[in-house]
Amino acid sequence: MDVNKNSYTFTFAAIMVVVVAAILSFAATSLKPMQDNNVRLEKMQNILSSINIEVSREEAEEAYAKYITEELVLQGSKEVSGVAAFDVEMSKEVVKPAEERNAPLYISTNEKGEKYFIIPLRGKGLWGPIWGYISLEENGSTIYGATFDHKTETPGLGAEIKTPMFTDLFPGKEIFDGNEFKGIMVMKGNASGEHQVNGISGGTITSVGVQDMITNCMKSYTAYLKENSVATQGNVEDNRVATIDQ
Amino acid sequence: MAEVQEVKKEREALFSKKNRKLISDPLNDSNPITVQVLGICSALAITVKLYPALVMSLSVLFVLGVGNVVISLMRNLIPNRIRIIVQLVVVASLVILVDQVLKAFVYDVSKELSVFVGLIITNCIIMGRFEAFALGNTPWKSFLDGLGNAFGYAWILLAVAFFRELLGSGQLFGFQIIPEAWYMSNGGFYSNNGLMLLPPMALITVGIIIWVQRSRNTELIEEN
Repeated sequence: MDVNKNSYTFTFAAIMVVVVAAILSFAATSLKPMQDNNVRLEKMQNILSSINIEVSREEAEEAYAKYITEELVLQGSKEVSGVAAFDVEMSKEVVKPAEERNAPLYISTNEKGEKYFIIPLRGKGLWGPIWGYISLEENGSTIYGATFDHKTETPGLGAEIKTPMFTDLFPGKEIFDGNEFKGIMVMKGNASGEHQVNGISGGTITSVGVQDMITNCMKSYTAYLKENSVATQGNVEDNRVATIDQ
Repeated sequence: MAEVQEVKKEREALFSKKNRKLISDPLNDSNPITVQVLGICSALAITVKLYPALVMSLSVLFVLGVGNVVISLMRNLIPNRIRIIVQLVVVASLVILVDQVLKAFVYDVSKELSVFVGLIITNCIIMGRFEAFALGNTPWKSFLDGLGNAFGYAWILLAVAFFRELLGSGQLFGFQIIPEAWYMSNGGFYSNNGLMLLPPMALITVGIIIWVQRSRNTELIEEN
């Protein structure tokens, strides 16, 4: 057989393409359910980790059902019905104007009756998407926990946003100043204020990405948080006074 | 007649001296990274930490081992004019397979490696071995050659990652090695060298390894 004939070359190429395509599509379709399940469980893990509950992937489903007591989809301060919060794709929502987004909100109530709002985030890093979850205490402003993740940030630099070194800077910070939404500024060193955290040296673009992501995503929740949390910062005092008066 | 010849050929011991050399040579004398200077791009990109370097090495081991055998099995069937394309298709399919399997069974590892698995496709070592060895040798020899080169690649990667993680983050495999109390932030005298985390330091580390290797193995020094 002459392996250098044109007809042989074409036949060889055609058969090769079909065989390879068959193998790869078989692998992709048969592994897909497992891959999707991994992604789903990981999402649950991330949501739980933002309220400082660390579970293994196997336990994620059970723990999620236990701690996440409510799932809402918001548009402005209104609740949208008929959309499952867990299935909302943030990547498609964040590109819309803040008022038109279907914004998922998870509410967790633990054994002690403490309530947390969990807000999903999605934005851009240096190389690709970054995402995460921030949980707020009942007052709707103080950050209780944060978790971030990324697709392709540089290991050791931008990728450090997912490490405790970075996420531990968030708890205790405030996203509201009185009634005004402030977000969180990611600073180049010397972060001191209650709306600031230190960025990652060598990972400036990713750090700024985190800041923009928080500002952009939180916008769709400010109206709801103002109406439904115990109070935003500035009103805490007033509420207490009012209660005493009664 | 043909059958007799084949039987004779197979008599060569599986691990004859020649075959053992296929594995041991790439570790030193013809190391793909330090001597042939192939696969440098990934050696720079993923050696910030040991763990991704290790998983990357294992993935390359699989792709190179299996790929070499596949190419070697097809070596008499591949049309000469499209052989590079065929090789590329084989690497790309194997890499996609690895990626899919990692995503399904060891999700955490696949996340750790993210883009780098895809980058195996462009790793010059793999195409280099297909072209230079597998196309002209039997499957078993090609397999050994694949393993040898993957090991040669792996140990350099791990050596570079060892120094970069230790000096750059004070850790090995994510475990803190430098005592916390030594750090300046805790009142000590020590601080991690941030430069080690940046790609240029990987190049310098590889350079130092080449230097050490050449001063120990003078045969590698070109005469001029």
